[in-house]
Amino acid sequence: MQQWESWSAFWDMGGAAFFVWGSYGLTFALIALELVLVFQRRKDTTRRLLRWRRAVGKDAGKRNGEGTMPAMESET
Amino acid sequence: MLSTFLAVLRRDLLLAWRGRADVLVTLAFFIIVVCLFPFGVGAEPNQLRAIAPGVLWVAALLACLLSLHRLFAQDYIDGTLEQLLLSSEPAALWVMAKVLAFWLSTGLPVVAVAPAMGLLLDLEQGGLPVLILSLLLGTPILALLGAVGAALTLGLRGGGMLLALLVLPLFVPVLIFGAGAVEAELSGSGAAAHLLLLGGGLAGALALAPVACAAALRISTD
Amino acid sequence: MTNPERGRSLLRFAAPQNFYPLAGRLAPWFAAIAVLLTAIGLWIGFFVAPTDATQGQVYRVIFIHVPAAWMSMFIYLVMAFWSAVGLIMNTRLSFVMSQALAPTGAMFCFVALWTGALWGKPTWGAYWVWDARLTSQLLLLFLYFGFIALTRAIEDPRRADRAGAIIALVGAVNVPIIYFSVQWWNTLHQGASVSLTKAPSMATTMLAGMLVMAFASWAYTLAVVLWRVRPMILERERHTEWVGTELERAGKLSQTAGGRA
Repeated sequence: MQQWESWSAFWDMGGAAFFVWGSYGLTFALIALELVLVFQRRKDTTRRLLRWRRAVGKDAGKRNGEGTMPAMESET
Repeated sequence: MLSTFLAVLRRDLLLAWRGRADVLVTLAFFIIVVCLFPFGVGAEPNQLRAIAPGVLWVAALLACLLSLHRLFAQDYIDGTLEQLLLSSEPAALWVMAKVLAFWLSTGLPVVAVAPAMGLLLDLEQGGLPVLILSLLLGTPILALLGAVGAALTLGLRGGGMLLALLVLPLFVPVLIFGAGAVEAELSGSGAAAHLLLLGGGLAGALALAPVACAAALRISTD
Repeated sequence: MTNPERGRSLLRFAAPQNFYPLAGRLAPWFAAIAVLLTAIGLWIGFFVAPTDATQGQVYRVIFIHVPAAWMSMFIYLVMAFWSAVGLIMNTRLSFVMSQALAPTGAMFCFVALWTGALWGKPTWGAYWVWDARLTSQLLLLFLYFGFIALTRAIEDPRRADRAGAIIALVGAVNVPIIYFSVQWWNTLHQGASVSLTKAPSMATTMLAGMLVMAFASWAYTLAVVLWRVRPMILERERHTEWVGTELERAGKLSQTAGGRA
């Protein structure tokens, strides 16, 4: 803490609090938003494709789904 | 090869002549946009003179943009495009012919009336030759770049706005050097550098854009 | 639509079914690296780096502004690279990569503009000046928007891939031209009245903080792009058998874990 006399001085940023925290705030808000959207999309896609797959009929998956692609189990 | 080029060129020019109402609309658009500016910024001659090069260039750019969607649309609908793509001729060649016909039928009329519009904005007469020259060098670049965008957005819903979004950032350098040429001439520093850069840009666009446009047409009609 | 790429042995690990699990395994690591580096970078930025003699505390915005600007340009180049690879080698995965990169690139581009504006107000008294760098950054944002809008507007994925690749390449060719022209325009119109290029003599710790933050955003980009690319791959490959097993597994997982993604 050699840069700052107190926490309130830190938050004040030498009077530039709006500019500094406005920059960091928006950046981290956008990053959070992006992460939320990415994970939501992942959930939606999985659910939609599952439904699509059941609607199309399981035979496509059943016929060659098991055993042909052994490389798949390693995924966490 | 030359015969294909000439055949496509003649055909497109003939079609443009038959649809000359479209060309007149483009021209009217250009004139009206220029005429809007005095209403917006005030009719003070000094101010108008200061913004004239930029206004004329932006209006020419928008006029080109608004007519771009016509470049391949009709051929796409009636199947001519597919026939041309199936033919053994190099696609870049007839793409070039189509862009040339497009420029002759929409770009050239705009260039022709631009000096008159320059007078309306009190542009000094010394700037008019440079204005014409910059437009002659610059608007073909707009047509060539725009052709790539038009090919990519072929047949898409809302294609017009999308086309604008795609090509307007690419038009910025042309606008900078085109309007800059006129301003440089008027300010006495000479327009040679700007015009040379525009010429270089035109050479580059002539070499690259038809190839990219042909590739884009293949993708869009696949 | 059944594994057309399997025969090409050289591109084996460009095959979606091999890349999908790899992406899933790597992404958390990059995310962890990003969190760690961000913590270190912010610590250096706020507690180690000294107050700037001329700008005071507000200069601390550079620890995100400069890395964001770098990333936005770098990501566009990577997008163009994957687009070129896709067009030349005809690998579907490269197109998906370039489309997964675009939103993050646009985000960094916007962050660079936003932080630039907030930095500019106290430093030169205006939120926006038509400086060459800011203007090029703005045009880069438009290029990102164009790419994203085009790939979203085309329904046929094959056409969307290739059309996006063409516009990314056309944009990449134009980026230096745009930058040069804007610089030219800027020097003519503004002279030396406003100059951002004059870097204040920078303390080593400031540079260190900036570099650490740049690496952090790099790791973040990798993590989020790998996470974004996974559902895109599933969607593209939904007709294949491996996606079927993967989906069934994910479906069972979400049933037992109560919908945890």
